[in-house]
Amino acid sequence: MSIPCIKKEANAKNLTGDVMNNENYKKYAADRAKRSASALNCTKAFAVGGLICCLGQALSNLFISLGAGEKDAGTLVSVSLIFLGGLLTGIGVFDKIGKFAGAGTLVPITGFANAIAAPAIENKTEGFINGVCTKMFVIAGPVIVFGTLASAVYGVIYYVLTQVAQ
Amino acid sequence: MRDIIRFENIYVNGGSSVVGKTEAKGPLARYFDLCEEDEYFGKDSWEKAESEMTRRTLEKLFAKAHISPEDLDLICGGDLLNQCVASSFGVKEFGVPFLGLYGACSTFAEAVICASMFIKGGGAGRVAVCASSHFCSAEKQYRFPLEYGGQRTPTAQNTVTGCGALLLSGEPSDIRVADAMTGRIVDAGITDANNMGAAMAKAAADTLTRYFESSGMKPSDFDIVATGDLGREGYEICTELLKDSLPGLTDKYTDCGMLIYDLEKQDVHCGGSGCGCSAVVTAAYFLDKLTKGDASNVLLLSTGALMNPNTVLQGQSICGIAHAVHFERGTK
Repeated sequence: MSIPCIKKEANAKNLTGDVMNNENYKKYAADRAKRSASALNCTKAFAVGGLICCLGQALSNLFISLGAGEKDAGTLVSVSLIFLGGLLTGIGVFDKIGKFAGAGTLVPITGFANAIAAPAIENKTEGFINGVCTKMFVIAGPVIVFGTLASAVYGVIYYVLTQVAQ
Repeated sequence: MRDIIRFENIYVNGGSSVVGKTEAKGPLARYFDLCEEDEYFGKDSWEKAESEMTRRTLEKLFAKAHISPEDLDLICGGDLLNQCVASSFGVKEFGVPFLGLYGACSTFAEAVICASMFIKGGGAGRVAVCASSHFCSAEKQYRFPLEYGGQRTPTAQNTVTGCGALLLSGEPSDIRVADAMTGRIVDAGITDANNMGAAMAKAAADTLTRYFESSGMKPSDFDIVATGDLGREGYEICTELLKDSLPGLTDKYTDCGMLIYDLEKQDVHCGGSGCGCSAVVTAAYFLDKLTKGDASNVLLLSTGALMNPNTVLQGQSICGIAHAVHFERGTK
């Protein structure tokens, strides 16, 4: 009879000491768990993240050449990248890029767009208000909270400093 | 403490399994009754899809066993969704008395134990047991939305899209439920929700140790000893935990989560997980081995990780549980 038992010997470290001791067991489990390939992941993140930044710069140049001011061009770049992130999420491509690129797509504004669009799509079955609108902030909520908070703090500091300078 | 539960006349009268497309690409594909390409199972939400999968599995079970729902006394089943909705909505149209069970991924063995006890005690004559999980509904409930672009750690596992069912009764057949053991909750102190294998391995080792102590049997008495969904990580830890106390186990020991996928070719990290994992591997693969006489004694340990997203965020550890069921070919 052929039962495909996988007889591979337990790899990595041997478990020593009292296995009933949870601290001992936790350490054993953590030590033997395979780590993510950090060097490879960082390289991929750098490459894809860099490409997204290049795309942003290209868009900025395009908008400026079309007559937008530098500040407006920056806003238009953000809007365009958010649109692209949302679009790619909607057509089911973003998660594949994200799986490959990791922080490369997570850190730029595309990751923010994905974090809003993905739960919105996922929860549309629970209705527009209680599904889409409520759940769309499940992942990106903290970003918005801290973003708003930081801008308020920044505003206060800016106000105080400008008052002092006068 | 009462340990082993012995059964005299509880027989397996049939089994059925329905899986999704990832499982259909795995090495056990030919054993499953139905493989559905559409993740939605023709419905419009993941929750409805899982219920539909359960409904189809039971429908297939009835067809294979040539019975109608009226011939059943009870359905024992469960799944991973909040309030056990996939199973209860999935069985509603059959109009059969239903007990919804929750034991996380150990639900299948839990259902077999409950059903066997019902038959043994005379509370029911013919019982269907089922357990299901769906990759998409589980991701939605426990992790991130499907379209979210993130990465997972190497110790993570892939929730099996699948529902497995067995028909149990006192009517003699070639395969019987010989004995069983209910698992204890084992808190191994693991808090990493991406390392369920390590969280459950200690519970599996606990039940295996208790089982072999109180049954008087040895691992060599079995053709297959299979844990439910420890995955490669948990399998290796469990092997390590028992290598001295249960010699000979490694020759018989496997894990449903490793059998269901090709871990080298399929992008499933450490293997399969979910209620459906041990359910479909048992109802399809092990049942086939027992029916054909390739195996005479199979010990199934469905393993469950007990937690919910809130307890994980609170930093509480993930407890494990493992229920053992011994399927035997031939009557005593």
